[in-house]
Amino acid sequence: MDDLYRELILDHYQHPHNHGELEDADISFEDSNPLCGDKIRFEIKLKDNVVQEVRFNGKGCAISQASASMLSDELIGKSLDEIRKMNKQFILDMLGIPLGPTRIKCALLPLKVVKAAAYGLNASPDEEDEE
Amino acid sequence: MPALNLATKGLNVAAIREDFPILQQTVNGGKPLVYLDSTATSQKPGAVIAALDEYYRKYNANVHRGIYALAEEATARYEAARKQVQKFIGAKSFREIIFTRNTTESINLVAYSWGRANVQAGDEIVLTLLEHHSNIVPWQILAKEKKAKLVYIEVDEQGLLREDQIDRLITDKTKLVAATMMSNVTGTITPIKRIIDRAHAVGAVCLVDAAQSAPHMPVNVQALDCDFMAFSGHKMLGPFVGILYGKRALLEGMTPFIGGGEMIREVFLEDFKANELPWKFEGGTPAIAEGIGLGVAVDYLTALGMENVREHERELTGYALSKLQAVEGIRILGPLDRELRGGIISFDIPGIHPHDVAAILDREGICVRAGHHCAMPLHEHYGLAATSRASFYIYNVPEEVDKLVETLAKVRKIFNG
Repeated sequence: MDDLYRELILDHYQHPHNHGELEDADISFEDSNPLCGDKIRFEIKLKDNVVQEVRFNGKGCAISQASASMLSDELIGKSLDEIRKMNKQFILDMLGIPLGPTRIKCALLPLKVVKAAAYGLNASPDEEDEE
Repeated sequence: MPALNLATKGLNVAAIREDFPILQQTVNGGKPLVYLDSTATSQKPGAVIAALDEYYRKYNANVHRGIYALAEEATARYEAARKQVQKFIGAKSFREIIFTRNTTESINLVAYSWGRANVQAGDEIVLTLLEHHSNIVPWQILAKEKKAKLVYIEVDEQGLLREDQIDRLITDKTKLVAATMMSNVTGTITPIKRIIDRAHAVGAVCLVDAAQSAPHMPVNVQALDCDFMAFSGHKMLGPFVGILYGKRALLEGMTPFIGGGEMIREVFLEDFKANELPWKFEGGTPAIAEGIGLGVAVDYLTALGMENVREHERELTGYALSKLQAVEGIRILGPLDRELRGGIISFDIPGIHPHDVAAILDREGICVRAGHHCAMPLHEHYGLAATSRASFYIYNVPEEVDKLVETLAKVRKIFNG
């Protein structure tokens, strides 16, 4: 009934994949969206620089949580180099919903966190998500 | 919008709606615009928009010191607007009315100019938990610089300010009390007169944040006897200009805030002599058209009568509170008694993020705000990161509340199946 809240998005929101915490994560990072106070944390376990396991947690709207859930599935089996190359278009294609300028920030927050974790920095050096 | 229910007392809302061009449009494919975000900024009547247009078309010139007809007209109208604002809040003199950019700048002016000169290490600045960030952060900056202490009056389970703490927390250590008259989250109307009187009893100065009260209820600075009052034109039908009221004796004793043109009398190589009030605090070319437009907005509100504005919103808020309480699972912040609050209702529907609520309401043409509304400490108190907020003004009608409530049911259906 609604473009933005199609079943796939709601399903990931209500039944998120890879939600929770990892006890022995190799890398982790969290960030927040100052506009709405949403917070997302990603924890990643690596083997030979390839993602073995991933968990995310935090609070957020359906768009940011669904984006995190879908992204977490995509991360498994990817190398840190591949993660560093993920971009805005990847997330938009993954979600497949029309997003305005405000909601795009919600959708991109998980990627921002994951890339910062992959770079081991406090912020992603790739500023394409800073509209 | 068909068959508007205009049964609220106080105002002829049908006629008022005709005055607002923006309300005549439809959005999102033919949906009537339901604007429920006047707490963020109000809509503007045609007369205010026309005043801006007229200024730029007919007498656009910088104010003061222009020896030609256009500049004289611009100056006369800009200064006339100042006197209209003076009358609107019952100030003694036009010299006590300073035009700023917004409420935030008004508060910062006091924090920098009065605060830096008067607050010392160990002094206490008393705030309330209901404050907007703009009435918290300037005092945090000052307190850090001066090693002063911030003290907060808390709220009770109803969302009312804890009156029992007023006497206990405002003491002879208090240098300044900065408090809102109406919360921009819970709509709570605070016992501001008691706070001001207590501040004076201990020799402290009191600043009132009237950003939400001045547009919605009668406000008189002499009756309140507050020392400073800050509010914004854009929240009261006017353009984007802020106002700072200050008692003349206090303003006379303060150093300028922003240095530059306009605020000086004479400038020498090493020093300057400040201009007289109020221009001493208006460095640089001001927002001239906006100031003039504010005068028109004040006229509009004065013609309606602020008692009538308050009465209309009291009715509408009471209606909205009763309707919203019927929404399954809803948690409404702040008092549920319309006498104790203005037309600002923030709410949470557990399990559904406010962004998602606002996005679905938007599909139906309903504008509400979602987030922490620049009041993170208050949201922290409620254990919420964000809420949805609907707010009302003179142009809102009960039918719009009905539409909000109906659409909230739709929101629940989308999320809960």
